[in-house]
Amino acid sequence: MATIARELPEVEAEPVDYLNVEHGWKSWLFTTDHKRIAFLYLISITLMFFVGGAMAVLFRINLLEPEGIFSPEVYNRLFSMHGIVMVFFFLVPSIPATLANFLIPIMIGAKDLAFPRINLLSWYIYVVGAIFTLYAVIRGGVDTGWTFYAPYSSTFSNSYVLAAAVGVFISGFSSILTGLNFIVTVHKMRAPGMTWSRLPLFVWSNYATGLIQVLGTPVIAITLLLLAFERVARVGIFDPDIGGDPILFQHLFWFYSHPAVYIMILPGMGVISEIMACFSQKRVFGYNFVAFSSMAIAVLSFVVWGHHMFITGESLYLGVAFSFLTFMVAVPSAIKVFNWTATMYKGSVSFDTPMLYALGFIGLFTIGGLTGLHLATLGTDVAAHGTYFVVAHFHYVMVGGMVMAFLGGLHFWWPKITGRMYPEAWSKFASLIIFIGFNLTFFPQFILGYLGMPRRYQSYPPEFQALNVLSTAGASILGLGYVIPMVYLTWSMFKGPKAGKNPWNATGLEWQIQSPPTTFNFDETPVVKEEAYNYGPLEEVVG
Amino acid sequence: MLIMFAWGAQLYYAAQQPPRNAMEIFVTGKQWMWKIQYPNGGSEINELHVPMNQPVKLTMASEDVIHSFSIPAFRVRHDVVPGHYNSLWFTPSKPGRYRLFCTEYCGMLHSGMVGWVNVMEEREYAEWMSGGGTGGSLAQQGETMFAQYGCSTCHLNDQQGRCPVLRGLYNKPVQLADGRTVLADDAYLRESILEPNAKIASGFEPDIMPNFKGQISEQNVIQLIAYIKSLAPSQPASQQGSQQAPVVIAPRAQANNRAGAARQR
Repeated sequence: MATIARELPEVEAEPVDYLNVEHGWKSWLFTTDHKRIAFLYLISITLMFFVGGAMAVLFRINLLEPEGIFSPEVYNRLFSMHGIVMVFFFLVPSIPATLANFLIPIMIGAKDLAFPRINLLSWYIYVVGAIFTLYAVIRGGVDTGWTFYAPYSSTFSNSYVLAAAVGVFISGFSSILTGLNFIVTVHKMRAPGMTWSRLPLFVWSNYATGLIQVLGTPVIAITLLLLAFERVARVGIFDPDIGGDPILFQHLFWFYSHPAVYIMILPGMGVISEIMACFSQKRVFGYNFVAFSSMAIAVLSFVVWGHHMFITGESLYLGVAFSFLTFMVAVPSAIKVFNWTATMYKGSVSFDTPMLYALGFIGLFTIGGLTGLHLATLGTDVAAHGTYFVVAHFHYVMVGGMVMAFLGGLHFWWPKITGRMYPEAWSKFASLIIFIGFNLTFFPQFILGYLGMPRRYQSYPPEFQALNVLSTAGASILGLGYVIPMVYLTWSMFKGPKAGKNPWNATGLEWQIQSPPTTFNFDETPVVKEEAYNYGPLEEVVG
Repeated sequence: MLIMFAWGAQLYYAAQQPPRNAMEIFVTGKQWMWKIQYPNGGSEINELHVPMNQPVKLTMASEDVIHSFSIPAFRVRHDVVPGHYNSLWFTPSKPGRYRLFCTEYCGMLHSGMVGWVNVMEEREYAEWMSGGGTGGSLAQQGETMFAQYGCSTCHLNDQQGRCPVLRGLYNKPVQLADGRTVLADDAYLRESILEPNAKIASGFEPDIMPNFKGQISEQNVIQLIAYIKSLAPSQPASQQGSQQAPVVIAPRAQANNRAGAARQR
């Protein structure tokens, strides 16, 4: 085990921790404690997740009938707002702003992030951005899709494009600040002995994420600003009628939005590394490879954006280059999957709830990743582009991957965050429901896409109905599956049995301090003397 | 993975090389329908008729936002980007009716921008084609417009006027005033009709021809281009070509809308 210089004293009765040290709304809204800010974020993104999720359930209901149930106007706004809310207000901040915000300082033995006030500022910025977007929803929504493609968004759409774009623009700064904070923290605030090669993989993956956030997010900000200029001032940038080029928008948009995919998935991969090690009671197989694959993904993520544009008329050579580079990204991703699997080999594997989510992640992410290869292949992308195949592919990665990892991580560190355990039977049940509901929702969409059903269609040819009904049925099961953890986790916060320091017998600094931690995490700065995941020989653990 | 990459790249390459003998059909996307124009001058909405075993090349333009033309059964798809010509080609091999979709979100009735591709036996198709229009071939329609828009007063066919001679111009290199050389393809002709000053041919003055951007529909541009293409070099004549086509009247209504707007749901 990584060692702390001095073991913290076991405290009696009600120990002081970050949750009960102060009370009242001011103590929360003006806090600079990374753990409290993480909690604020957790509440906000959960809210946004259910807003986005409700929209998904509504438009899935529309698709029960081939002619649709709602009007095209309503349907278009539902799917657009679902995408905007889920991508920019749930997936991008999900793990970094909550779990990583909470855990990175603790994992590296620091008292807080490098810039605690900026951390709080980033939450306020997020909230302002979210308010703009929710305002757009309440006023009637946006109908451009989350991609805001010009010239439709800049010239033709008469929905609330500006309000939503401003919301996304603002929330981008929150993402940049979070990323910046992580980078500086990891560089400057590691405890003595916490060398780079001893960092938990969760820290590595969030460090890589931070790099993408800092380098990529300004580009989407510029893009949306240009879009706003064109929409308001009719400056010709993207609309060919006034001298612009719509393809330029796609280049700029995907230059951010493809790396953003890795902003969403990399932290999830970090969570899985931690969970696999703990529930196999074994060091992650090939630590260095897993760490550097995160960095490789971060670098490569910036040079694959053109694979979203194979059929826009981009040149043959660009297409071939982007296709090849996209295949390259598959290599570090596959390294991770193989190494996680190898970690379980000869490990002492137990199937607690976090592990169930992690195994779900590996299976679903693999399906999402392998179908990505079909889309990276130029010839097959022409056939699958713009169909439900693409929808299914990225939901396997984002929902099957990222949301699974988020829930897995939440269950894994919940005892640390709240000091309480949740009901194990309920949580296993919920993870099963989510897994079934997810596959029922999205697997039929692969088939629909293969058959040619285009995405973003409010109505569709009748031969596609059976598969659409299946998918909607799955969506309602999935929706229910997400409500269950929400209920029992809230319950456990107040009524759950006390968790103790280290309920999972895990390594890592976070498991050596009390649950929930005190405001400054450590009474004295710990000194790290051992590698990460030092689980020791199996006999010891079992015996 | 490398095999997938190479195979895919090869298919992609092939998809960008239409055979020389391909029959050319023009497609214009606009919110929310597909307008099809045939070389013989016929046109339809949301219905495309093609003969079996004959390579077909679609040249596509958009009047407004980005659309995407997709026939899932043929595994072909290409975005239709405003301000550009895009194209795709295929060879139908089985008669029947196949669905045709717009697959780039284009606004409210995106999901209504659908239609049918009808693949017919060669003989049947010839009959169908001949039963056609009253407005003459696409090139003839273009010729009528060429006169109506007043293009013919400056672009003389057999001698140098104030503007370049267009006969035999198509697919020939054009020397520009700034020293570059461009190929007189569809995209160049289109640009020179809409924004003549963008690329001035060497030896000619800018600002003689008015801008037609916003004045003329994509469908009329297609007719004009078809006319220019039809001007085969009759004599070993002079021209280093280049062109600018003055055009100034309201777009003419389409001559014949056969088969009509059979809109599927």
